[in-house]
Amino acid sequence: MDFATLASQFFIGLSRGMIFFIVSAGLTLIFGVLRITNFAHGALYMLGAFMAYSVSTLFGQGPYGFWLALLVAPIAVMFISLVIERGLLRFIYNRDHLIQMLLTYSLVLIAGDLVKIIWGTEYKSMHIPEALRGSFNLWGASLPWYNAFLLVVGPVVALGLWFFLSKTNLGKICRATATDREMVDVLGINSTKVFAMVFALGGWLAGLGGALIAPTTTISMGMDASIIIYAFLIVVVGGLGNIWGALISSIIMGVGEAFGILFIPGVAIIIPYIIAGVLLILRPSGLLKSAW
Amino acid sequence: MSTNNLKLIENPKGKFNTYLGLGIAAVGIIVLLLAPGFLTQYYVYLLATVFTTALLATSLNLVLGYGGLLHLHHGVFFGVGAYTVAIVTTKTSWPFAVAVLLAPLVAALIALVIGWFCVRLRGLYFGMLTLALGQLVWAIVYRWNALTNGDNGIHAIPVPEFLTSINSVYYATLLILVISLIILYIITKSPFGLMLLATRDNPVRSESVGVNVKRHRLTAFVIAGFFAGIAGVLFVLVERSVAPSLLFWSESAEVLIMCLMGGLTVFMGPMLGAGILVLLSMVVGLYTEYWLLVLGLLLLLLVLFLPQGILGYLMEIYNKSQDKRGGN
Repeated sequence: MDFATLASQFFIGLSRGMIFFIVSAGLTLIFGVLRITNFAHGALYMLGAFMAYSVSTLFGQGPYGFWLALLVAPIAVMFISLVIERGLLRFIYNRDHLIQMLLTYSLVLIAGDLVKIIWGTEYKSMHIPEALRGSFNLWGASLPWYNAFLLVVGPVVALGLWFFLSKTNLGKICRATATDREMVDVLGINSTKVFAMVFALGGWLAGLGGALIAPTTTISMGMDASIIIYAFLIVVVGGLGNIWGALISSIIMGVGEAFGILFIPGVAIIIPYIIAGVLLILRPSGLLKSAW
Repeated sequence: MSTNNLKLIENPKGKFNTYLGLGIAAVGIIVLLLAPGFLTQYYVYLLATVFTTALLATSLNLVLGYGGLLHLHHGVFFGVGAYTVAIVTTKTSWPFAVAVLLAPLVAALIALVIGWFCVRLRGLYFGMLTLALGQLVWAIVYRWNALTNGDNGIHAIPVPEFLTSINSVYYATLLILVISLIILYIITKSPFGLMLLATRDNPVRSESVGVNVKRHRLTAFVIAGFFAGIAGVLFVLVERSVAPSLLFWSESAEVLIMCLMGGLTVFMGPMLGAGILVLLSMVVGLYTEYWLLVLGLLLLLLVLFLPQGILGYLMEIYNKSQDKRGGN
């Protein structure tokens, strides 16, 4: 095993970690502010991927199709999220985890069959745009351009979220709502609007994750089931509601999984669960502080 | 995070008439004993499936409803039980009875290991760890080709001569279900069961009066795993095949839905939910391939309008009428 192989596997794991981060950042944001465990997040991610496929196909899988898909699909998912929040979620904010979970799980079931009705059951695939095809050399390791692209997008999203949450007024209100909703209400801020906005932002992130993963994988039903478990584990391991915790555990998961594939290919599938299990046993309340 | 994980569960104020309950149960058992005489083979098979699922759902409710713990991955123990029978009968020359006895024990052992880690966490974290460790077991079963045959599963599992006809399987599952239910019912009414309720309703206070909350929770978890393992045995009797999808988390979610649908506060609730869901999936399957869409819409309505479940709702009405009578 030479250094180059290790390095390239590391970067591939890192870029996969970026997808994990984008998806789980939305989930953890929703948890932190709305206190809702959103199983439907995986379904939103799947919808993002399918919509990206449709948009891109509309443009004959051409060069503009991908970029347009990246723009349109997450926004479409954002609007769907908004409808879900206003139409359903706002009625169950004060209920138990179990009730909230099962409500969002009902959306998973519904979305799964709707995707089947709208897009059919056959596998879909989407082309990587011309500019991001092929790979390049990095210290002797070969890294696909698309993965490098993901390695740029991930930090950009992270920075954007950081800027939003700590520098803008709205972001500060979000954090305040997460800490003490009643106080925010007393101060005359409409926290219901904050909830709707955060859920829409979370949905946008899920859609973005789906659109980003679409060109690298077969787009199929069931892609929600695997990502949602990963995202949940990442969010819990990182500390519920903590975006930076989610970033750290996303990277751990992505890189851990990539090395697992390299060293023990047969059983790589169990690596993320082992990592999550061990980290949760060592630090039961998550790597970083739970409420931010 | 609140100390009580499941606010929706409150101890019912009134008391259901014990004799009435026993009467209903007796009539139900008599009807079920006579049922195969009137039904086609397919419906007999379907009822046996209901029995299997009912035991699984009731065992989950010991942890979920009585323990108040957010146990998200109970299907694992069910799958482990089924796989134990499948592996012992196909890979060893041990008698079938050994396989049947071993299955719940192995399931309980796995529950002990998983539960030992989980009971140290609270609320949502507890749920997430059950999910993580449960999925770990699923991934192992899915990948360990030599032992479990990987994603192909194990088929044509040999069963003893007297269990080959569907009618005899029906009576066997019914018998085991009834015995298991009686034991589970006694457990919920025992000092241990009452202590479990106390740890659910007020863990801090229970701890301060000297109850070992974690140990009670772990015990409940292991007992639930044991009975889920028995349900796994029943599954093998009915289906004679196993597949790794038994241990996938969406399977466990369906069991959670059953519990919620019937009512978490009532002992018979999960059983009712299991019966409704199994039969409904069959009926809906006749008309459309979109069973999950129907299930999703049903769950949505349930969560929004009937979170206490069907039996929970009926109990509320019953208790109200009792209160009125008492007031006069």
